[in-house]
This record gives sequence, structure tokens and C-alpha cells, in this order.
Amino acid sequence: MRDHDDEHDHSHACGHDHDNHYSDMQARVKALETLLTEKGLIDPAAIDAIVETYETKVGPRNGAHVVARAWSDPDFTDWLKRDATAAISSLGYTGRQGEHMRAVFNTAETHNLVVCTLCSCYPWSVLGLPPVWYKAPAYRSRAVIDPRGVLAEFGLTLPEDKKIRVWDSTAELRYLVIPERPEGTEGMDEQTLAGLVSRDAMIGTAVARKPESAT
Amino acid sequence: MNGPHDLGGQMGFGPVAPEKDEPYFHAEWEKRALGITLSCGAFGAWNIDESRHARENIPPADYLAASYYEIWIRGIDKLLERHGFATRAELLSGHAQQAGAVPKRVLKAEMVPGVLAKGGPCDRPAKTAPLFAVGETVKTKNFNPVTHTRLPRYARARTGMVEAVQGAFVFPDDNAHGRGENPQWLYTIVFDGEEIWGEGADPTLTVSIDAWESYLEPA
Repeated sequence: MRDHDDEHDHSHACGHDHDNHYSDMQARVKALETLLTEKGLIDPAAIDAIVETYETKVGPRNGAHVVARAWSDPDFTDWLKRDATAAISSLGYTGRQGEHMRAVFNTAETHNLVVCTLCSCYPWSVLGLPPVWYKAPAYRSRAVIDPRGVLAEFGLTLPEDKKIRVWDSTAELRYLVIPERPEGTEGMDEQTLAGLVSRDAMIGTAVARKPESAT
Repeated sequence: MNGPHDLGGQMGFGPVAPEKDEPYFHAEWEKRALGITLSCGAFGAWNIDESRHARENIPPADYLAASYYEIWIRGIDKLLERHGFATRAELLSGHAQQAGAVPKRVLKAEMVPGVLAKGGPCDRPAKTAPLFAVGETVKTKNFNPVTHTRLPRYARARTGMVEAVQGAFVFPDDNAHGRGENPQWLYTIVFDGEEIWGEGADPTLTVSIDAWESYLEPA
């Protein structure tokens, strides 16, 4: 269930944070797994199961389903506003790093952006594992002080008078941004609507895609 | 603690580098690091707050040079040693040399779906009524503990508004250090950008944090 943020069409300097110490870490983690397996403390098959879960079962399409339902069903939207944890659970999305959910809604006046400046808190149950940039210092440091600059690096320029609301996930509440429903989507079914919602739109570093006929 | 993890408002890290069609993992070891970390968490020997504190205690130069899963592995090493599951010599050699602490449970493959779907809720019944009400103006305290806290530096000694009372949650500042869960009311506090960043702040910006009751005082 890969997410394709194809609204990102920009170049950037290389030097990602994730390519440090590969060979060292490969050896170190292998040694740790061997040690813990010898001691009977871990089950390598459990690790396989965890990885498989996050590679194939829990990803941003869960969140896109929540957004599409919110766009289609006013009662569900009200429920999301009142008790996002329960509303999201009703679609089957529960569990680790989604125990306490809050949905925040973009409007014509306000754009929402989510960050965790202290670690990398992220709503795994609806978005899967976070991307490297979400966990890296550049985003965590600047999202709270220069969100417009950060959004520009994602290719998103907001109108000057649009308010920006940044949510720093400093506790166990996990935030899901509900983007504005694009124009020209009247009558679309949930599945088609969900296709317009990227992972980044649910973090707030993008907005929902317009349907192709409207672009 | 004022560790390298507390990044809000720091400068000099350069542009954000989104990666087109980013994979979930960039190396095989990252998959194992995730699985080992979650498996060891299932021992029941430490909680998420102690785990976060182990990571934020990594020396700043090392923390900032490390990839995220490397930070996790450094944290796990520390926790395994602290709780008697592995000695330093074992961690260095990668092989078992002696018996160690016995965990409450070992995560087996068949337990994984249930454990991940259940998660670890942190809300707890409150013993008191909330001290602050929605709409009230409050001030965050100014403190700099050497221990764990979830009040970021940029949001200390700032005046904001209580936007929501979220219920009572495990208090990380105590829970990280084995002092008990001691649940407290949690509030969403919203600040104007200018209150935090002062001159030159984006006039359209508001920032919120989720703050435990003992982080706050009446304004």
C-alpha cells in the first residue's frame, strides 16, 4: 500500500538523513537480533510479522478512507469532530500510535499542519510508518517557526491571508488533517475520493488533489 | 530535559528533503530495528516514556548525526542493559554469555496482530476535577529539568489559551523515571505565533501543544 505523493515535483539537495552508517548499522542490528534470539527474548518471526504489517496492511490508504468518508457523510464528520478515536475505530483502524486520535479540519480560512518537535509522534494506525523527512531535524525544527517556508519546500504555497495552525504532538494524541474537499468532486464515490488524498495531505504538507477532469 | 531531541525553533538544519515515492524502509536493518524495538517493548519492562528518555539522552552530536532507527537502536541498547536483559559485553559481542532478566512476555509471531491492533492506551481515570477550563488564559511554567518532560523549550513561560480539555493521561515526567503513572489532566493550549517567536513571527500562525496540568499556571 504505497503512497504516491505525485504533487511533489521538485528537486532538492541530496544528503538524506537515512543514509548514515549503513554497513555499521547492518552489522550492529544483526548482532543485536542474534543476541536476543539466543537469549530467547525475541522471536525473529514476530519481527517478520511486524514488518509485514507495516509494509502491507497499515498505511496511508487507511487515512484516505477516513477522509473520503468524512467528505461523503456529514454524520461521520460530526462523529470525527466529537470523538475521532471512536469514529476511526468504526472503520477498523485501531491500535499502536492511534490509541487517541484527533481529526483537524482544513477550512477556507485555516490550514492545519502536524509535527512532533520532540520525537516523531505520528498516527501509525491511519498513516502507517512516518517518512524520513517527518522524523528528521529540518522538519521538526522548522514546522513550528516557519511553516510557510516548510510548505514551500513541498511545493505548496498558501494564500498570504490563510491562517496556519500547527499542531505539535507533545502528548499521546495523534492528529489527522482532514483536507478540504476539492471542487469538481460532486457525486464521486468514496473510493474515487480516497484516491485524491495523499499521505502528505493528511499531515498538512499538501492539499487534496483535484480530479483530473478539473486540472 | 533540554536534549538534542527538543528541536522546535532551532535553525541550521537546511531544507526539508521530501523523497518522491519514499519506501517504508531504506535498508533491511531498518526493518529489523523496528521489529526488535517493538518486540523488546513487549517485555513490559519499560514504558514509552522511559524509552523516549533513553533516546533523548544520546549525546547531541551523536543524536543529530544518527538516522532515526539508529537512534532507536542506541536507545534499546541502553534499556536492555539497564533492565538486566543483556550485559555490555553481550551487546558488544552479539552473543549470549549469561542468563539475564526474564521478561513478562516474549512477543511471538502469532501475537503480533493482536498486540499492534490493541496498542497501549494512555488515558486514565482522573482523581480530581480539571483546574483549568476551555477559553481560560494560562501560562506555561518555566522549568529546565534534567529529567524527562514533554513541555518543549519553545513553549515554556508563554501565555496561551486552553482550547480543549482532553481527559486525564499518564504523566510522562514521572512515568519515564519509575515514579508511577500519576495521571493528570491534559489540555490543548494554543499560542499566537508572536507570543512564541516574537518580532518577525508569521502573523497568521498559531501553534498548539498538548500540556499536562502541572505544566500550567493561571495567567
